[in-house]
Amino acid sequence: MVAVQFLLNGRPVSAPPVPLQTTLLDYLRGEGLTGAKDGCAEGECGACTVLLVAPHDSSSAYRAVNSCLMFLPMLAGHEIHTVEDLARDNKLCEVQQAMAAAGGSQCGYCTPGFVMNLFAEQYRPDRAGLCDPHQMGGNLCRCTGYRPIRDAALSLGPAPADAFQARLSRPSPRLLALRSAGFSRPESVEECVQILVEDPAAKLVAGGTDVGVESNQRGSRWAHLVSLEAIEELREFSENDDRVLIGAGLPFTDILRRWWNAPAAVAEWLLTFASPTVRNRATLGGNLGNASPIGDSAPLLLALDASLHLAGPAGRRTILLHEFFTGYRKTALNPAELITAIEIPKPIPALWRFFKVSKRRMDDISTVAASMALSFDEQRRITRARFAFGGVADRSLRVLSAEEIVIGQPWTKPTVEAAQSAIAGELKPMSDHRGSAAYRLAVAQSLVEKFWHEG
Amino acid sequence: MRDSGPHESARGHVTGAALYTDDLLGRFPRLLHAWPVCAPHAHAALLRLDTDAALATPGVCTVLTGADVPGEGNTGANRHDEPMFPLEAMHHQQAVAWVLGETLEAAQRGAALVRAEYEELPPILTIEAAIAADSYLSGPHRMVRGDVSALERSALKFEGELRIGGQEHFYLETQCAIAWLDETGGVSVQCSTQHPAEAQEIAARVLNLPRSQVTVECLRMGGAFGGKEVQSNPWVAVAALGAWKTGRPVRVRLTRKLDMALTGKRHPYLIRYATGFAEDGRMEGLRATLYSDGGWSLDLSEPILWRSMFHCDNAYLLPNVELTGYVCRTHKTSQTAFRGFGGPQGMLAIEEILDQAARRLGMRPEAIRERNFYREGNSTHYGQPVKDASRIQRIWDELKASSSFEARREEIARWNADSPYRKRGIAMTPVKFGVSFTATFFNQAGALVLIFRDGSVQVNHGGTEMGQGLNTKVRRIAAETLGVPLEAIRLMPTNTGKVPNTAPTAASAGTDLNGAAVANACSELRERLREVAAALLDCAAVEVQFEQGRVSAPGKEPLPFGRVCEEAYRRRVSLSAEGYYRTPEIHYDPKTGRGRPFYYFAYGAAVSEVELESFTGDCRVRRVDLLEDVGDSLAEVIDRGQLEGGFVQGLGWLTIEELLWDSHGRLATAGASTYKLPSWSELPEVFKVSFLPRATEPGVIFGSKAVGEPPLMLAISAREAIREAIAAFGSGGPVHLDSPATPERIFFAIRAQQEQGGPA
Ligand SMILES: Cc1cc2nc3c(=O)[nH]c(=O)nc-3n(C[C@H](O)[C@H](O)[C@H](O)COP(=O)(O)OP(=O)(O)OC[C@H]3O[C@@H](n4cnc5c(N)ncnc54)[C@H](O)[C@@H]3O)c2cc1C
Ligand code: FES
Ligand code: FES
Repeated sequence: MVAVQFLLNGRPVSAPPVPLQTTLLDYLRGEGLTGAKDGCAEGECGACTVLLVAPHDSSSAYRAVNSCLMFLPMLAGHEIHTVEDLARDNKLCEVQQAMAAAGGSQCGYCTPGFVMNLFAEQYRPDRAGLCDPHQMGGNLCRCTGYRPIRDAALSLGPAPADAFQARLSRPSPRLLALRSAGFSRPESVEECVQILVEDPAAKLVAGGTDVGVESNQRGSRWAHLVSLEAIEELREFSENDDRVLIGAGLPFTDILRRWWNAPAAVAEWLLTFASPTVRNRATLGGNLGNASPIGDSAPLLLALDASLHLAGPAGRRTILLHEFFTGYRKTALNPAELITAIEIPKPIPALWRFFKVSKRRMDDISTVAASMALSFDEQRRITRARFAFGGVADRSLRVLSAEEIVIGQPWTKPTVEAAQSAIAGELKPMSDHRGSAAYRLAVAQSLVEKFWHEG
Repeated sequence: MRDSGPHESARGHVTGAALYTDDLLGRFPRLLHAWPVCAPHAHAALLRLDTDAALATPGVCTVLTGADVPGEGNTGANRHDEPMFPLEAMHHQQAVAWVLGETLEAAQRGAALVRAEYEELPPILTIEAAIAADSYLSGPHRMVRGDVSALERSALKFEGELRIGGQEHFYLETQCAIAWLDETGGVSVQCSTQHPAEAQEIAARVLNLPRSQVTVECLRMGGAFGGKEVQSNPWVAVAALGAWKTGRPVRVRLTRKLDMALTGKRHPYLIRYATGFAEDGRMEGLRATLYSDGGWSLDLSEPILWRSMFHCDNAYLLPNVELTGYVCRTHKTSQTAFRGFGGPQGMLAIEEILDQAARRLGMRPEAIRERNFYREGNSTHYGQPVKDASRIQRIWDELKASSSFEARREEIARWNADSPYRKRGIAMTPVKFGVSFTATFFNQAGALVLIFRDGSVQVNHGGTEMGQGLNTKVRRIAAETLGVPLEAIRLMPTNTGKVPNTAPTAASAGTDLNGAAVANACSELRERLREVAAALLDCAAVEVQFEQGRVSAPGKEPLPFGRVCEEAYRRRVSLSAEGYYRTPEIHYDPKTGRGRPFYYFAYGAAVSEVELESFTGDCRVRRVDLLEDVGDSLAEVIDRGQLEGGFVQGLGWLTIEELLWDSHGRLATAGASTYKLPSWSELPEVFKVSFLPRATEPGVIFGSKAVGEPPLMLAISAREAIREAIAAFGSGGPVHLDSPATPERIFFAIRAQQEQGGPA
């Protein structure tokens, strides 16, 4: 039981002690703020969306987040808005007017969630041009087929100069360190390691997009959650001639924003990763830390020979990602160790792509994910090759035999075929509801041809 | 005619103020939460149920079991074949008992502690296994016309088999019911249901109460699509029983995963056929057997199967046909109504067959379709004249022109010739959909309209609002009939205490029926007021006009509507009226398979263009053009919404929505993370929608036509476009493609085409 204080629709609230894993959604609904709905409780439908005031350089931005995936204690010190706050003085805000006029609601159950996301988009500080309807990619609607919602989004102009806009010029709330029996939020890596040493059962939580699902859907319960959100070091991003360094706790939305000059593969990876709403919270550290065999980041980073910066009781160390995954959902992390950053060495190979194959084109988990990278000498012969896959084994992996076989070869159809047969010999995927083993194996091979064909 | 404006609840939707059943939770002090004890097997005998440990758990109030039921512990709508507390578990996760707790978490903890012992029994998990075991819930049903042996003499004869997947409703609001004992000792229920009268019936049955003791109300639903027609009943029964036993309010709300695991879906089908065509593409004979996967109980599977059989013709004349249908009993959820109600599966079969024939005859698929259209004077294989048959051709021609079909087809052929890894396809399909309940007695509706002395109006009717815009349309009908502005009309939640003995809101007939009943009540009231107004205005009754809240007569100073209402009260003229409507002229005899089951047909057609990629089977919908006959649209924003939303839902059914059960009968795609609905990526890049002009439907409210279900089947054009694109990877020969056309199926279908031969 933890008591929590935060700003809700502009008013300070002090939530009564609740069980540690009470979601923000359940709390809000219990308080009579029933605009946010429970449509799935796993971050997939967006019906529960609320706005969080998040840092945007030195000022703020409204970030749409899934309230079903946030535990109430994580809210401490935050500032949030729910749909009930948007129509002030009984006057609909522009987004609400546009949605109503366009026929953007039928049953209306999904509507508050769309409104929240579109509101965040209308007020997005770095928006140039029209509102991007894809920002609502994490909102499902079973009734409308989306066209009227797209039209509502495209009809919006710049955000009006109102109190919501004025708020954004100030910094977002600074999150302070917290220590209580069930919930800790350290401000430094060292303090975090110390907590993990003292309580080996403590569970790290970054964005909570995995942890929240585990709690809601699989009923996992933890006695002690350690939030990484207040550790500035984990939110850093820097680039120099030798490397790109991404803080393990930086949400994907910020990676995309900060790495604006990244090669195309980065956008291929990030724009198909979950939904914008999930990306507003989800982090790279969490995506690697969970060691999911179907996580999208691992194949991408394996193709770049990325390494991880770790911190633990024995101090700091660096480990190649290739050596990090040791088995099904197993990593080389020692007890009380955490990932602090991901390092991508430069130069980034000349040819590098990311491919995601899934049943639905957007916001779906990969059936197969692949990232491939090639470097060449002056004669256009391959000097270094990486063929990395997710979804084809108990962990993300590189197909070393295929990488070796193409060295010294020109990147031609016969070379492609050689790599394909090496892949066919090495991968033993499984069948499940996302795809059959035969499909996975065939697609893993044909993606090599796609890589060759499209370059 | 004026327009109806945006959705009647639009303001409530965008502000979050519109309430749904579960939003009422905070209004019930001392409410208990229910959670089921679920069977871990697809088929098993329940040997023993021990609730002691659960009852000893803090926060657990009680456990509901069969012993608690004062009445009949069965929620099956027609056949009474759904025991509330089964002794034999008939599908994986079926509820065998319910725990009531002070909190949801307490109920869940309690449910985990109920010890149940089972003896596993062999399950039947596929249609093929059901056929082999002769496991049928119903059938054979037959519909026959002409002499099907004609097909033996046809120039082209072939046989085939098509597998059609089911579909999860995925209404955004999951099933929910709250029951409590009211101030006078009756049972009250708030629930999300398309059929409050049946929810009332089931609650009364379980509690052994006369129906007058049970009141059911539905505020609105967060989507339903057929999934809350009968499948909302069990949760109402549990909540009502819980409230009866404990005297406290009880809430049953299914989480998304539970909802998917426990409730029925669109029926999967297996269709086997033999057919014969003349060289010019005319169909000469069709013999088909339709096997639907009904799951564990009957539910609505029979009328759904009939509708599949009625719609095996879609828009085509089947001169010689013999259809046989079976509902298979399997150990799965009990499959149920879903937008289209069997119609989509029947239509998919005939469209499949026509395409297969076209590719064998070397004809264009759209040409073979056109060749077989119904013409004026034709009747269907069940003996109903095809009213307005010429509209099929008219819609076809207009859409072909407005979508530039021919030019785009040639453009696509050129594009494909230069593109080895990506191919585009375009296809066009029609829809003819019969409107009315095939259970004739459901085609009735009631209304209760109350006018208050100030001229404000409450409208009650038996229909339920699930997003389809029924109340938006009804509000306009009431406003125009009474001659008041839209704002003067307040639509009340659907309540069995206001309008009794209602039909479900389904079969696309919600507005046809309830709109007509409301119009009936409003006309009655207007005529009463006319007399009063004539006296006030000092004119003849026929001269009185009601318009926009003003009551007038030529040369007289108009009066506010409220003024006339006040006067009516003073003159002791009743200001409330009941309305009633029943659809005329319809009848159907399931034994002979003949009759006139439908009051009219809704027509439409669609053109879809897709692009496929051979590396992965990825599919993109580039452009969609729809043309639908909605009669005189009652509400353009609503009707367009139904067309687009129905199309995208159909697209989901036919492409990415895949229900998979594992070898133990567990639903492997239970949850939003594994079952994928269309999202933004499925929205067609170009999406054009138009209504057929000059299409007034006589005899239907304001000349309109039903629009809820038909557009779902327009999405068949997208499936056929996919097939066209697959064919472009090879020589253009027949393409086998089971449904849904997932990327994996497309991928392997492309491979099969490529192996058949190089590009034509
Ligand atoms: C709707 C939805 C869609 C999704 N789609 C995708 C997708 O397309 N592709 C994909 O790959 N994933 C997807 N995911 C999974 C999830 O979003 C990602 O794995 C995400 O990156 C996790 O980050 P997080 O910060 O939210 O992790 P959390 O949930 O906070 O943590 C995840 C795990 O990592 C551990 N952890 C967190 N940070 C660290 C650290 N710094 N050091 C060590 N361990 C740490 C935690 O203890 C926990 O075990 C999806 C999830 C949802 C809900
Ligand atoms: S409830 Fe569906 S995303 Fe939160
Ligand atoms: S309006 Fe019903 S789910 Fe979107």
